Amino acid sequence: MVNVGKDQATVFEPSAPYAIEVNDVNVSYGTSRAVLDVSLKIPEHTIVALIGPSGCGKSTLLRSMNRMNDFVSSAKVTGEILFRGSNIYADDADPVLLRRQIGMVFQKPNPFPTSIRKNITWGPGINGFQGDYNKLVESSLRRAALWDEVAGKLGESGLALSGGQQQRLCIARAIAMDPDVILMDEPCSALDPGSTLKIENLLLELKERFTIVIVTHNMQQARRVSDYTAFMYQGELVEFGPTDGVFETPKQELTRDYVSGRFG
Amino acid sequence: MSNTHGMTPTNSAIFGGSLRIPGEKAAAKPVVRATWKPRQRWRAFSSKLFFFTSLMATVLAVAALIYLLQSVAEQGLDRVSWSFITSFPSRFPAKAGVKAALWGSAYLTVLTAAISVPIGVGAAIYLEEFAADSKLRRFIDINIANLAGVPSIVYGMLGLMLFVRICHFGRSLLAGAATMSLLILPIIIVASREALKTIPTGIRHAAFGLGATRWQTVRAHVLPSALPGILTGVILSLSRAVGETAPLLMIGALSYMAFVPETPMDAFTVLPIQIFNWTARPQDEFHVTAAAGIIVLLALLLTVNALAIFLRMRYQRKAQW
Ligand SMILES: Nc1ncnc2c1ncn2[C@@H]1O[C@H](COP(=O)(O)OP(=O)(O)O)[C@@H](O)[C@H]1O
Ligand SMILES: [Mg+2]
Repeated sequence: MVNVGKDQATVFEPSAPYAIEVNDVNVSYGTSRAVLDVSLKIPEHTIVALIGPSGCGKSTLLRSMNRMNDFVSSAKVTGEILFRGSNIYADDADPVLLRRQIGMVFQKPNPFPTSIRKNITWGPGINGFQGDYNKLVESSLRRAALWDEVAGKLGESGLALSGGQQQRLCIARAIAMDPDVILMDEPCSALDPGSTLKIENLLLELKERFTIVIVTHNMQQARRVSDYTAFMYQGELVEFGPTDGVFETPKQELTRDYVSGRFG
Repeated sequence: MSNTHGMTPTNSAIFGGSLRIPGEKAAAKPVVRATWKPRQRWRAFSSKLFFFTSLMATVLAVAALIYLLQSVAEQGLDRVSWSFITSFPSRFPAKAGVKAALWGSAYLTVLTAAISVPIGVGAAIYLEEFAADSKLRRFIDINIANLAGVPSIVYGMLGLMLFVRICHFGRSLLAGAATMSLLILPIIIVASREALKTIPTGIRHAAFGLGATRWQTVRAHVLPSALPGILTGVILSLSRAVGETAPLLMIGALSYMAFVPETPMDAFTVLPIQIFNWTARPQDEFHVTAAAGIIVLLALLLTVNALAIFLRMRYQRKAQW
């Protein structure tokens, strides 16, 4: 199978306003290149799914959107990523402030080893939240569809919850910051089908308020929840467009083979 | 060959060639079975042998310890009394006590902790949480590990030059504590770094993802979780300092002291030096006094270690892992 060059890729341009614009981004780890010349525009209040075989650079691209790649010492990013119109890789850009506005949910649930309540309040606390913390805890947990399960035990450890509950706690923790964008890296891959369904339903509600970029290796999931889908292969963006189009009438042969399950 | 079903030879060896693809008729040709030698009896025997060997090793170690404790106790236990602890040393074995040495050891330990813990834990946090992975850091890593293996007498010489002479601390408690701090810093740094390494990176990423700075992340999540491990390392290295003699002899701790040091600039002695001094005397009665001193030293060490266990359990509960 041959790689599509950047010029042959089918990249749809959704209408503005955009939450994030990725322009000619390359990411390499030392000498190995993980993301090659990727450009795409993520419209506000939509869910964008990143799909592709494992190792194709989905997580790498996602992490470059809130500069979590800064913590991998070998990672080097070139090109620009615009958030609210300014390049997050500019010299005067502050990654700490950026991450306060672009939240992240990780593949493996990672609640803090503290109480459920403290899990929610810590982020807003260090960022100077002035409002009512009790209300914040309740509204975040409600929006993450977890309130009913934990209302009576906010003082208990976040680690005492089940895997699915922990992941919803992590989503609640991200929501509590009231970010513009939430990045999710295979948030359901460690969860049972029941919890996965809960989180998928949750995503559809959350997009009213946030822009969501979700990496998933589950194509059905991408189809169910996302408005736009980006298919990546060996570091390149092969096709990006409205989800129905990508799955039903893919423009690229590679995309067709992938979404029809011929490889993966 | 048994490779008739299109399986790889390894597969057929593993399954003894008896695995068939479902639906296929039983092979007409006789299947050659791979030979298995479970050596069941040898494996059971060698398992028992190993169990016995490790048991013997433990028994030997514990027996040596018991023998040591027993012979020390037999010699010195009668001599340990309140007046032994509250008397200064004397020319007369029956009147000699460990007051100066006990206070000296206690002060030295506290002062050493005050110097080495902030520096050691700080260095560990810097190296583990802040420093970029560079050639310089790897160079520092290797050197710290090597420093932990340098003989203590070398630290004594360094302390004599640096603190007693150049810094003009004289032969004081402060010079002793500074020297001991040098000695245990590599151990504190290594132990603290190990404790920090056990904290899952997911916790750090979670905090960074909420717009936390590195320091906020370390302060609120990494350090509290690593604290039990760090405390254990710190206290074990301090108990090493309590038992050290050579570097303090080197910088000139006194072996006869009839007063308790009052400021960090005062002269001092410590228990191991006092004990060494008594064992070096020709009179048998002083050997009894030395045994009593050893009992006091062991009791002090046990107290310090018990403190380590207590603190670790206390903070472990707090961390809610
Ligand atoms: N921290 C890292 N250091 C070095 N190489 C990495 C690192 N993370 C990912 N890679 C490499 O980058 C490529 C893309 O990885 P990743 O973005 O994790 O893919 P995906 O999420 O699509 O499975 C892979 O070849 C992977 O081995
Ligand atoms: Mg990934």
